[in-house]
Amino acid sequence: MNLSARLAWTQTLSLWRSGALRVLIFSLVLAVTAISAIGFFTQRVETALNQQGGLLLGGDIAVIADHAIPDALLDNAEKQGIATAKTYEFSSMVVFGEGSQLAEIKAVEQAFPLRGDLTLGKDVADVGLVVKTSPKQGEVWIEPRLANLLNIKVGDDVEVGERKLHVSAILVREPSRGGDMFGFAPRLMMNAADLPSTKLIQYGSRVKYQLLLAASPEKINQYNAQNKSSLSRGEKIQDVRNARPEIKSALDKAQQFLGLSAMVSVILAMVAMLLSSLPYIKQSLDTFALMRCFGASKSTVLQVLAIQTILIAFFSALLGVLLGFIAQFGLATLAGSLFLESLPPASSTPVLIGLAASIAMMFAVVLPHAWQMRNLTAMNILRRETLAQPISAQAKFLPAALVMCAMIFWQARDGKLAASTIVALVLLCVAIVGLSYVLVTLANRLFMLSPKSQVLNDMKLGVLGLKRRFGLSTVQMIGFSMGLMVLMLLALIRGDLIRNWQASLPIDAPNRFIINIQPSQIDGVKQFFQKQEITGGSIFPMVRGRLISKNGKEINATQWQDERAKRLAEREFNLSWAAQMQSDNQLLSGRWWTPKEYGKPYLSIEQDLAKTLGIQLGDKLIFDVAGDPLTLTVTSLRKVDWDTMRANFFAVTPPGVLDNYSANYISSFHLPIGTDAAMNQLIRSYPNLTVIDVAALMQQVRGIMQKMSSTIEYVFAFSLLAGLAVLYAALIATREERIAEATLMRVFGASRRQVSIAYIAEFACIGLVSALIATVAANLLAYYISAQILNIPFQFNATLALGITLIAAIVIPLAAWLGLRGYLNVPARQLLNSI
Amino acid sequence: MQQPPAMQTKISQATIIQAQNLTYEFVSHDNHIQVLRDLNLSIFNGEQIAIIGSSGSGKSTLLSLLAGLDIPSSGSVQIQNKPFSGLDEDGRAAVRAKSMGFIFQSFQLLPSLTALENVMLPLQLKGQANAKELSLEALAKVGLSARVQHYPKQLSGGEQQRVAIARAFATQPAILFADEPTGNLDNSTGQIIIELLFKMNMEAGTTLVLVTHDVHLANRCQRQIKLENGVLTEQTDLVAV
Repeated sequence: MNLSARLAWTQTLSLWRSGALRVLIFSLVLAVTAISAIGFFTQRVETALNQQGGLLLGGDIAVIADHAIPDALLDNAEKQGIATAKTYEFSSMVVFGEGSQLAEIKAVEQAFPLRGDLTLGKDVADVGLVVKTSPKQGEVWIEPRLANLLNIKVGDDVEVGERKLHVSAILVREPSRGGDMFGFAPRLMMNAADLPSTKLIQYGSRVKYQLLLAASPEKINQYNAQNKSSLSRGEKIQDVRNARPEIKSALDKAQQFLGLSAMVSVILAMVAMLLSSLPYIKQSLDTFALMRCFGASKSTVLQVLAIQTILIAFFSALLGVLLGFIAQFGLATLAGSLFLESLPPASSTPVLIGLAASIAMMFAVVLPHAWQMRNLTAMNILRRETLAQPISAQAKFLPAALVMCAMIFWQARDGKLAASTIVALVLLCVAIVGLSYVLVTLANRLFMLSPKSQVLNDMKLGVLGLKRRFGLSTVQMIGFSMGLMVLMLLALIRGDLIRNWQASLPIDAPNRFIINIQPSQIDGVKQFFQKQEITGGSIFPMVRGRLISKNGKEINATQWQDERAKRLAEREFNLSWAAQMQSDNQLLSGRWWTPKEYGKPYLSIEQDLAKTLGIQLGDKLIFDVAGDPLTLTVTSLRKVDWDTMRANFFAVTPPGVLDNYSANYISSFHLPIGTDAAMNQLIRSYPNLTVIDVAALMQQVRGIMQKMSSTIEYVFAFSLLAGLAVLYAALIATREERIAEATLMRVFGASRRQVSIAYIAEFACIGLVSALIATVAANLLAYYISAQILNIPFQFNATLALGITLIAAIVIPLAAWLGLRGYLNVPARQLLNSI
Repeated sequence: MQQPPAMQTKISQATIIQAQNLTYEFVSHDNHIQVLRDLNLSIFNGEQIAIIGSSGSGKSTLLSLLAGLDIPSSGSVQIQNKPFSGLDEDGRAAVRAKSMGFIFQSFQLLPSLTALENVMLPLQLKGQANAKELSLEALAKVGLSARVQHYPKQLSGGEQQRVAIARAFATQPAILFADEPTGNLDNSTGQIIIELLFKMNMEAGTTLVLVTHDVHLANRCQRQIKLENGVLTEQTDLVAV
């Protein structure tokens, strides 16, 4: 060990023994604990949430093809130890007695489902039991709808192709049933081993071949990356996001929130480190100044400083990461038992983040001071000229600010989020400095006043404290308000997100769709709504048309690289018409038509579709409707909230445009519990109607959103820990000076009461200003994040704003006073000696 | 050398500080350390008294006990014939606010306050109405009228100590405690400070309790007491009673 290392080691040890390091290390450890615990936890929860989504697919990802899945894809999976199950889906008639009905057949291998479960009942009314198995050979499970339509009971035999298969259960719930909702016919699930004997799959049959895969996220990602490029035509790899759009949006938002929480914990931890390092810097600079006087070279002093910084940062971070790991373990166990069955194991990334944050921050704080000291002669130091020329605040905090920005970008994983947060933090600092100036000016005026009342006089002394420590008070206010701001931001976004989820699927959200309603049947359906007292049941017209040209150019699916664009260009659109825009739509550009414009060839397009196909306002689109070309001009772009489960359309025209084409109608409505019999009656009267039951699907989505809400609450609660670290650090940042000042005041004869009143008054000012600015900044940023990044409505929360302001104005002075109180009882002489 | 009679205050018969059987001890690393032992001392109203002794003799401890900045292990201190050391922290603070002023070796000015604000602080603590006028007056007396808006780091050591002197006299205390007031200053500056201190002391008629290891400085006081290992070993007679 060379001289510098030895010196650094012994000095760190003696600093620790003297107690000078305790506050810094405590604060560093607390910060790293919070940052890594949230890191560990959010990461595990994120993986778990993805797996939750996986339940809806039956696996983590699926390889889907319109031909038999190539053996290579299966082999690759098995080689990597990934669990697999093949499924085959196609439409076929199911015959029972005299009756027959088109059904969606799903033949599954024994291992199905790899993720999630199924619910089986004994009859159509049974709520059923949850199982994690697939039908045995020779047996089938059918949906209640199929049982109702053909009057099948458990124990009956049905004909599927050339096979007779035994109905062994009613399939009450199949979470993995996704796909195109409007293509639904009732489900029949059978064992894949029986498939050849049905002779249903032959050359040219339209079958959806699926290979489900389940393994750890790393393996799945690896598989995805390795095989994606080698897929041939008609093959694709799907995960829950592209398979289930209604889940995708909620899942994305939950993950954005977790990212936000991780970012917030990093900001809080960095601010805590910055604040708590200030007293340490002061102390160690004194030591190093002395070392220079005793003849240590500049490089030795800088080396010792560097090594000591690393030692302190590294060991604190190590302890913090360890505590963080233990903390998240407890948290995960608690959380797991409440809402997530089991959490996947934690990875090592948070350890790196914790260590990096600690070391980077300590260096960012120490470096400017070391740099300044570099150019001082021993004589400068002896004369204490370091104090006469303090480095500017900008230079002192710039490296720390840069490190913090880098950490924010690293953690936020969203450039827009990181950038807007940084802008908000900068504005907050500017506002604090500005307001501090105003306060100091007021304090200056106050100084010349002499209030009659003793209490007022003492309070005046306290407010003057802001002036006495202008720089430090400002730093302290910035610390407090940053802590308060990010916590409030998290609280606001969390509220918006959960409210948004609850609102997107209210109790009376539509749970049934009827498609294929003929114009002559509309009255009958309306009567059914009236009889069953169904309100809000709406009926929409639909005319099928294929997009054939845009602005005179023919549309060809091969012109797009994007798979979705290709599919959209190939498929038929459901064109609808409406006088009013649906309430869950939002006009983004252009305008909606007036009654005078009914019958004009206008078109309103959904924004995502427009973006994918490159359609712009004013474009002329030609649709092929039943063989005739129909030219429509795009007059508006809409945003559609697909999460609401209501019927919605990509393309809408004014009333009167599609009158000459034969339309059929679609309806979505909420069917109250216990009215299934009436529904079945309606279907018997109009056998051509297809009813799609999305109640189970909605239940699933609700369940997942509920779990995501609970997760977010948990992560939020944990972020409060990091918030406490900041508040603590902000309190201790100026403690030494405050003790010195309080002592001097006592020497001059101030009573403990006087000192207490002065300090409480000063901290009440600090708390109030911090809270006010934090509230404004948090609301502005939350508004931006909600509106621009998460796409959810923002709601100002007056109770929260008022509550935080009051708490800050009461708790901060109280905590400050509690910290000082101990010193008020120590004889002044002892303190004078130490200052 | 005794100082010329012109610089001496009038001493009355009444004792202003009375210390009886004062003992101060503490335990450090299992060592029992006795700083002051059974010390008896009376200081008269208006008297100038120097406490001398080598480093570690206990003179600064004695000063803090007399000023109520610390409490004795046993024995008592009376100020103006009223119990003092037995009062609680706030009780002693109230007496200090009313009757005591301080000058420290290390000046103890608050770095973030101007000279004027530093002088005003103890007056503000007392809720004095014309704090600013009194402070300006005091600063004028120490010759710093031109520097009232300067911060301590913009002042030399001698100037800082002059601010401290102005601060000490601004409250018109009955007793002034000075702990090595020239300890941090060079000889000539120290000399100027001493002249100033005695001049102002005489004008105000304040009782001066001066701690120093400088015999010349001590000799300017009317009485010197010497501390050795916590015991009063030498006491000169009062020059004039």
